[in-house]
Amino acid sequence: MTLTLSPNIPDPDGFYDELLAAHEGLTAEESAALNARLILLLANHIGDRDVLRAAFDAARRPSE
Amino acid sequence: MTPRYPLAATLYPYARVPAQDAAPVRHPVVIVGGGPVGMALALDLGRKGTPVLVLDDHEGVGQGSRAICFAQRTLDIAHRLGPGARMVGKGVVWNVGKVFHGEERVFEFDLQPEPGHRHPAFINLQQPYFERFLVEAIRDAREEGAPIEIRGANAVTGLTRHADHVALDIDTPDGPYAVEADYVVACDGARSPVRGMMGLGFDGRVFEDNFLIADVRMTADFPTERWFWFEPPFEGAGQSALLHKQPDDIWRIDFQLGWDIDRAAELDPARIRRRVDAMLSSRTGTVPDYDLDWTSIYTFQCRRMHAFRHGRVLFAGDSAHQVSPFGARGANSGVQDADNLGWKLDLVLKGQAPDALLDSYSSERVAAADENILASSRATDFLTPKSDASRLFRDAVLTLARDHPFARPLINSGRLSVPRVYDGGALNGPDALDGPAISCVGAPCPDAPLDAGFLLDRLGGGFVILTVDAEAPARVEEEGIVATRLALTTRDHDPTGALRARYLGGAASGVWLIRPDQHVAARWAHYDEAALRRALRIATGREAGP
Ligand SMILES: Cc1cc2nc3c(=O)[nH]c(=O)nc-3n(C[C@H](O)[C@H](O)[C@H](O)COP(=O)(O)OP(=O)(O)OC[C@H]3O[C@@H](n4cnc5c(N)ncnc54)[C@H](O)[C@@H]3O)c2cc1C
Repeated sequence: MTLTLSPNIPDPDGFYDELLAAHEGLTAEESAALNARLILLLANHIGDRDVLRAAFDAARRPSE
Repeated sequence: MTPRYPLAATLYPYARVPAQDAAPVRHPVVIVGGGPVGMALALDLGRKGTPVLVLDDHEGVGQGSRAICFAQRTLDIAHRLGPGARMVGKGVVWNVGKVFHGEERVFEFDLQPEPGHRHPAFINLQQPYFERFLVEAIRDAREEGAPIEIRGANAVTGLTRHADHVALDIDTPDGPYAVEADYVVACDGARSPVRGMMGLGFDGRVFEDNFLIADVRMTADFPTERWFWFEPPFEGAGQSALLHKQPDDIWRIDFQLGWDIDRAAELDPARIRRRVDAMLSSRTGTVPDYDLDWTSIYTFQCRRMHAFRHGRVLFAGDSAHQVSPFGARGANSGVQDADNLGWKLDLVLKGQAPDALLDSYSSERVAAADENILASSRATDFLTPKSDASRLFRDAVLTLARDHPFARPLINSGRLSVPRVYDGGALNGPDALDGPAISCVGAPCPDAPLDAGFLLDRLGGGFVILTVDAEAPARVEEEGIVATRLALTTRDHDPTGALRARYLGGAASGVWLIRPDQHVAARWAHYDEAALRRALRIATGREAGP
């Protein structure tokens, strides 16, 4: 499997709303903790180490 | 001579020997240091008939439990050498563990033993017992003729390397004398005076910490469980804390205190008791009766020597490498060093293998040390996060683990010591069987129950041609090295199916060349004489691998 980098989320605006709603009312610190939990949950769901590594790369090099 | 540490038991009291009044006597092997590693090596060599002299600067086993967790591979090795049953008989087996983060319980686990092994995954046993059982096994072996000599209160003070031998200066209560050795094995611990005498480095410090160790004796009913705290909620308890059961109603308590501490203040019994009270009462609300049996502050670093062989001087155990205590890799990996070195030294000294075979000791065990250092560094990073991001994820793992099983394997309070697979090792022959990974070339042979007894017992301590549902001659000799066949069939010898699962997998038949330390040297689907002879040459350092 390769990392999906083309649009893959139905109803992008709705998803974005839900993402922000998950952070609503949280301090920066609480948000950071939530993000960390979120990353772990999603990483486990993906499970594929190659895909995860490609995602780390893409996240570290946003301009490329 | 004043002892550097108090003894738990006097096992090899000083006795004057005639050699002290004569010209230096030449020995095939002199082992400097009679800790667990030196004694295991002496036992192995002596049982093979190679004369060995152990010099220890004390007269017995030091006090204090030190290493308490002995892993399956160590027990398998100890069983081959003799004292395994005594160790398991005395040791404590536990299954239930609880992990806490502050006041919160994160989760609880019950380690059900994997069936089909003689030994549990590990036992808890105080190091002095482990060492004592080794020394007793040496005594037993000696009665059967094993040429092992232990000289207590013999401190090595000088070392001179010559082309064909090594000369050692020794100090005793009756003054100095000297011995000579074809080979010296330095098993003299983390501070290794031998390493110092040779001016060799001990590099790679990656982590520094202090552990307050308290062994407490409690006769009160207290569960035989392992309790581990991240960020313990008791005052001054440090970054992590561990409660662990040992034999004789003793519980081991570890507090991870960090690097900048006042050692003397931390060792004040009143201060220790305050912490211990808080820990023992944290789950029940009451402090049970207990005595402090032994306390110590343990400082460690993760590091290793660049090479474990320097000509005729070899380093094994803590003298060669040091790791953090997470995962109990100190004593366990040292015993594996001895296991790796024993048969090689034996063959070289008997003229059955070239001296170059000893180079593979260094390369194989350096790789093992790196694996252990990596494992213990990872545990350390989880226990004491070094950055904000690291702490964020550590805490996220601990939070998620309360509800979700997926996060529990990410919790790292030390991974249990497992033996190194010598993949890519210099002694490896072909891996020509489409078989399971656990018995691949370089792996330690997994055990399996047979129709009678266990597989590892039948392998013994020489080269073995193991056949499962395959043909091979009963004995193959190649330049003085004899490999004998162990013929097994899945029909007659595999009552549980473990032999098939662990060795054949989907294959219909298999042939393995097994080394004396019970690691796989090569494997094939069928016997091929030329291939087996070549693999024997490779495994004894006579020829380079494929
Ligand atoms: C306080 C403490 C707690 C520990 N806790 C754990 C743990 O929980 N888990 C774990 O796995 N490991 C633990 N360890 C480490 C473990 O004890 C070692 O890995 C293990 O003892 C190494 O065995 P060794 O034979 O290589 O060296 P050692 O046990 O150190 O033995 C070296 C021997 O050499 C002798 N010697 C030294 N100098 C000379 C000389 N000049 N001449 C002659 N003899 C000499 C010494 O007296 C000693 O008998 C702990 C260590 C300490 C000190």
